[in-house]
Amino acid sequence: MRSRIRLFSFLVAMLAPVTTMAGQHDGNKLRVCADPNNMPFSSSAQTGFENKLAALIAQKLGKTVAYTWWAQRRGFIRHTLNAGLCDLVVGVPAHYDLVENTQPYYRSTYVFVSQTSRNLQLSSMDDPRLRQLTVGVHLIGDDGNNTPPAHALGDLGIVSNVRGYMIYGDYREPDPPARLIEAVENGDIDLAAAWGPLAGYVAKFSKVPLTITPITGGEQFAPQRFQFDISMGVRKGDHALRDQLNDFIDRNKTAITDLLKNYGAPLVEFQRSTASGDLQ
Amino acid sequence: MTDPAQWPMAARNYANTRYSELDQINRSNASRLQLAWTFSVGADRGQEAAPIIVDGTMYVVGPYAGPYPNRVFALNATTGELKWSYAPRPEPAAKGVACCDVVNRGLAFDEGKIFLNTLDNHTVAIDAKTGKELWHTKLGEINKGETITMAPVVVKGKVLVGNSGGELGVRGWITAVDENTGAIAWRAYHTGPDKDVLIGPDFKPFYSSLRGKDLGVASWPADRWQVGGGTVWGWISYDPELNLIYYGTANPSPWNSNQRSGDNLWTTTIFARDPDTGQAKWAYQVNPHDLFDHDEINENVLVDLQLNGQTRKVLIHPGRNGYMYVIDRATGEVLSADAYDFVNSYKGVDLKTGRIVPNEEKTPVIGKNIENICPAAPGAKDWQPTAWSPRTKLLYVPHQHLCMDFKTAEAGYIAGTPYVGASVDMYAGPGGYRGEFMAWDPVARKKVWEIHEKLPVWTGTLVTAGGRGILRHHGPYLQGGRCNQWQRALAIQGRFRIHRSTCDLSRKRWPAVCRDPLGRWRLAWSGRQRRGGSSCAQCRARLHGRHPGLAVLYRGWKRASRIQTGGLRQASPTCSRAIFGPEQCAAALDFSHSSLRCLRP
Repeated sequence: MRSRIRLFSFLVAMLAPVTTMAGQHDGNKLRVCADPNNMPFSSSAQTGFENKLAALIAQKLGKTVAYTWWAQRRGFIRHTLNAGLCDLVVGVPAHYDLVENTQPYYRSTYVFVSQTSRNLQLSSMDDPRLRQLTVGVHLIGDDGNNTPPAHALGDLGIVSNVRGYMIYGDYREPDPPARLIEAVENGDIDLAAAWGPLAGYVAKFSKVPLTITPITGGEQFAPQRFQFDISMGVRKGDHALRDQLNDFIDRNKTAITDLLKNYGAPLVEFQRSTASGDLQ
Repeated sequence: MTDPAQWPMAARNYANTRYSELDQINRSNASRLQLAWTFSVGADRGQEAAPIIVDGTMYVVGPYAGPYPNRVFALNATTGELKWSYAPRPEPAAKGVACCDVVNRGLAFDEGKIFLNTLDNHTVAIDAKTGKELWHTKLGEINKGETITMAPVVVKGKVLVGNSGGELGVRGWITAVDENTGAIAWRAYHTGPDKDVLIGPDFKPFYSSLRGKDLGVASWPADRWQVGGGTVWGWISYDPELNLIYYGTANPSPWNSNQRSGDNLWTTTIFARDPDTGQAKWAYQVNPHDLFDHDEINENVLVDLQLNGQTRKVLIHPGRNGYMYVIDRATGEVLSADAYDFVNSYKGVDLKTGRIVPNEEKTPVIGKNIENICPAAPGAKDWQPTAWSPRTKLLYVPHQHLCMDFKTAEAGYIAGTPYVGASVDMYAGPGGYRGEFMAWDPVARKKVWEIHEKLPVWTGTLVTAGGRGILRHHGPYLQGGRCNQWQRALAIQGRFRIHRSTCDLSRKRWPAVCRDPLGRWRLAWSGRQRRGGSSCAQCRARLHGRHPGLAVLYRGWKRASRIQTGGLRQASPTCSRAIFGPEQCAAALDFSHSSLRCLRP
């Protein structure tokens, strides 16, 4: 099923210029599309860090935030940003080719999560204990769409002790991707390999102390990588808003970083200068 | 199916032939078909359901899109007047959380009831006369990624339904529901232990590799089968004499392939089952350890063939993988498997073992750029069904002709989680064309004729006794989709020309779904223009009366037709270049400004 849809998405992506014309900026509104059920990123109660960032942007631009809520899955950009329902998606990976990216405003990493009491001190993909411990990973969809740890563990032949958790989960439950981290908390698995901002946030609320360790030794799995720059996304061609957002990022680095740290996101240094130069 | 005026299920009959004994559409008039009437289902995309017809009433369901999600319309088949409509009230969340697309592949009729599958996993029985809901049963959970997109089939009082959504961690199943009460009679999963797969003492697969205990567990690492895919979103056939149903399962997922070593049974597998109990009789796995997303959900056409002097009851399965399988439908033995399109991702099918032979050079690996994999991920043929004529003993096959380069994509993003994905660039296969409509002789094991198309042929087929095959363009997918929606009549000899639609107001006619110049989906008849002085101009006038504001659109309509007839130079030059230029998937038409315009990225 997937491929046909990928093709269709591709066609729709090609149609993006058509829908761009439909997207009209509303002078008083900052129109944002976000997932209503995906903390720490966003929630319908606007408690996610992307919600807070949107509010901050709106405040600086003298606007109010208006949300269109949509589960952030395949088709999200097509149904929201490119359908003209909004003008901004607060979090997308840098170089995400469905949107026009701003400069990145944070960089995070995949991490290992374990119960602190286990004292595993495990950070490397080369650690031989990965062959014995029960390791949970997020699954996204199939060969071409899974998380870097899922691929890397497979490359290492580490299979039988790996447990998969659907990133989609059961959408009736709060924040479905969090189940992976909760599985560590509950002792269902020894270790989770997960994207840092999610892991750091869920760990904050864990009833047992959890240790978050950035994953190292991932270079051997290139082009898989374990660190990503995250930027904001606007519709392709919407340079005016992109430039405003770049300006916002330039002027509010400290506030943005503080916000992310407050949500428990493990941040890592930017690896290279960006188009606008100075975000090292 | 003895009454030729009835079309009570998506494939018309249990054998899935999509053959009509009517001959009113024939070689001499196919080129003169005219518009009879149109009706908008309100959706702007995703109309994969062809209508069904029972006793002069046409029933059609729209996709889960637009203002009428999964609405069922009952229409007077002669006039197009609406008799009733049934509006399911799907969960509003369905669209946002549904896997993949929002399509619906059709309805079924039996015993005075219309059966509907909704995207949010309800099977509904509707009184065919009144449109009143009789019962509905929830079969799956949309919030876990399950949806239903396939057309139900009713066999011996049981409505057969399968799920979609493999990439969202769904475990595939087929379920039988009592047509009178909505109670679930049985459910067979396509991964896991034999008791879940309904494999018991009756199960006698032809090939030894498929015999053994709990292969739906043993052919996966650890507990991978629990989310293993193998959904059922295609077509179901039934042989009343053997009392067996036949269908294929989808690809394994959502694990990346290096996390699911083994054959991954019972994904990409053709099953024969007893419809009364659901117990499996035999199975044949088409693509063990699938690497190409080759769901084998394509139709299984049940025919009897003279092979080596013997009459064999076979099923013909045009594989996603590019091989045309002829399988003994009593035993599951593969009698032949011949490439019907250019294939290099496999090296053929070993008829001794029944196993397809992989080509390791073309194995997709993230981090490697693998070029020129044929067929591309949608396979040589997708869900768009074939038609079989018992007169010509040929299978008429609409299919793709695409190859792909498998590449690493910069970044994907789902639910706040970034990853390195894969992307595929698809392009025309050898010869420079992207689609083909062809006739296949399953006895001689070869193509009899072929028509190359610039674009993939994403549309189903029907064939009439009048010596014509009709291609119904109702798939909105892929290149220049909106340019390519118009019905086509094809002479079986291979010559073809285009018609816009039809004005036959008799009972003998063909429904079709096409798209108007506003991009709206409409029903139209195929048939001769002859009754009641209903000239095409009058049809247009009627249409105009019903939809004020449409008059200006006929210009666009005509121009769209010209594009179809190959008059590329007559059409907007921008459009011609954009649609038929070298760029794959490079353009689509925008009719929304009352004239035909073509927009390029």
